[in-house]
Amino acid sequence: MQTALRTTLPETELASRANFVPQARVVREERQEERQAQTTGLPLSIRGLRKSFVDNEVLRGIDLHIPAGQFVAIVGKSGCGKSTLLRLIAGLEKFEAGSISFGQDVQPEDIRVMFQEPRLLPWARVLANVEVGLGRDRSSGDAHARAEKALTEVGLADKRDQWPSVLSGGQKQRVALGRALVSRPRVLAFDEPLGALDALTRISMQRLLERVWRDQGFTAILVTHDVSEAVALADRVLVIDEGRIAHDVTVNAARPRERGSAELASLEGSILSHLLSAEDRT
Amino acid sequence: MSLIDSVSLPRSFRLPRVDGLIQWIVPLAIIAIWQVASVTGFVPTRVLPAPSDVVLAGWKLLLSGELVRNIWVSFWRASIGFLIGGGIGFAFGLANGLSQLSAKLTDTTLQMVRNVPHLALIPLVILWFGIDESAKLFLVALGVFFPIYLNTLHGIRTVDPQLIEMGRIYGMTDSELFRRVIFPGALPSIFVGIRFALGIMWLTLIVAETIAASSGLGYMAMQAREFMLIDVVVLSILIYALLGKLADSASRVLERLTLSWHPAFQKR
Repeated sequence: MQTALRTTLPETELASRANFVPQARVVREERQEERQAQTTGLPLSIRGLRKSFVDNEVLRGIDLHIPAGQFVAIVGKSGCGKSTLLRLIAGLEKFEAGSISFGQDVQPEDIRVMFQEPRLLPWARVLANVEVGLGRDRSSGDAHARAEKALTEVGLADKRDQWPSVLSGGQKQRVALGRALVSRPRVLAFDEPLGALDALTRISMQRLLERVWRDQGFTAILVTHDVSEAVALADRVLVIDEGRIAHDVTVNAARPRERGSAELASLEGSILSHLLSAEDRT
Repeated sequence: MSLIDSVSLPRSFRLPRVDGLIQWIVPLAIIAIWQVASVTGFVPTRVLPAPSDVVLAGWKLLLSGELVRNIWVSFWRASIGFLIGGGIGFAFGLANGLSQLSAKLTDTTLQMVRNVPHLALIPLVILWFGIDESAKLFLVALGVFFPIYLNTLHGIRTVDPQLIEMGRIYGMTDSELFRRVIFPGALPSIFVGIRFALGIMWLTLIVAETIAASSGLGYMAMQAREFMLIDVVVLSILIYALLGKLADSASRVLERLTLSWHPAFQKR
């Protein structure tokens, strides 16, 4: 499906990627320049998207436009089709009707997914696991340097030579984030990436997600069952019910956001009441 | 890993230098008791010769060069048979684990053949190959084939599908997916197959050499029986035990080298 749209990217993009300097200290300034030089995020347009499994219609016509660089959260009760929508956007499944377009040709490396499970290769060291994220550039000469830089971004540079089995759940998920980031994706899809973490680790991971999103400017799509997480992170919260977008809520709170502020709490309350009223109907 | 290995003792109980020796306490004690029993006449030497007599017999055979030659012949048969049978088993395991078509085509047949005890084929094998080298190699290869085939197949089929999906998302080609995800994931199971196969390898070889051979350890034991040289008979049995232990240790070393990522092989 989308692979048909993904052809080649301008040469300049590849060239600028290859010029990265490995030192962590210069990363930040360089990134600023890079952001000005190119818009990193991709816009996303979905028209009349339908998907069914056997005789169960999961998505019944989704129409959605996400501007480049927006952070969108998708919430809904379990089985509402939110994860399916994410998998379709990421190109992991085929759909029956409708279209998904990114406004221009994209490469596989431009769209990355992060799952609830870290899905690290247990037989590869942390650094090698991050290198997997480079896609076709895995064997290029600067693979190590780029992977190391991504590891530094998620704060795990000192774990580069460890086996994944010795890391904690939160650390594994950070490695998975590093692997998703290493190819400089322009759309990053999160499928409940923090669902299995404890409350404190989850908050620090939310901060990390927000920070890398602000630094890199990719378009972020986060599926979550935690409404407070959705309002804390997203510019916009979509409530999905019975395969359609039931509510589209904009979150205008300034960043960095204060967790538990009255503004976020009232927004969270209203989204929860939408979800619960949907629950009552069934 | 055996149960005893996985139940770790508290750190204070482990003296690192003694640790490697502990496993030899029981075999050495048995030999000591055996020696005492033979010397005091509790066990008649016609039934079981003293360990010292066995060592002496071993020394004589070593000097004549007969022992080394026979061990070499047996070792050679075991390794070649293992390589042939294990190689074919591994290839079928890979093919049937990766391709549905191949599995449909051959798995049923292989499962039927598996249920025939391969030693039951000895009369047939003697008719086919005589008591030639090929007879022994055929039997060893056949015995080794199934544990390696089954465990390779099982290992590949049980690789975490989430990891395979991850590999595909990150743009791995089929060969890369095999090299980076499927093969390493199947490796622990393949090693289980190898260790099973090593046991079957020696068993098959002993039986084949005692029944139909003109050289090798089994043949040496059978010849000794004809001349009532009970010390040589016991010697060959002990050498089999040592060779079996050696093969097992070799596979453990390999396991440790290749599975160092596995939590079970990491230093506690």
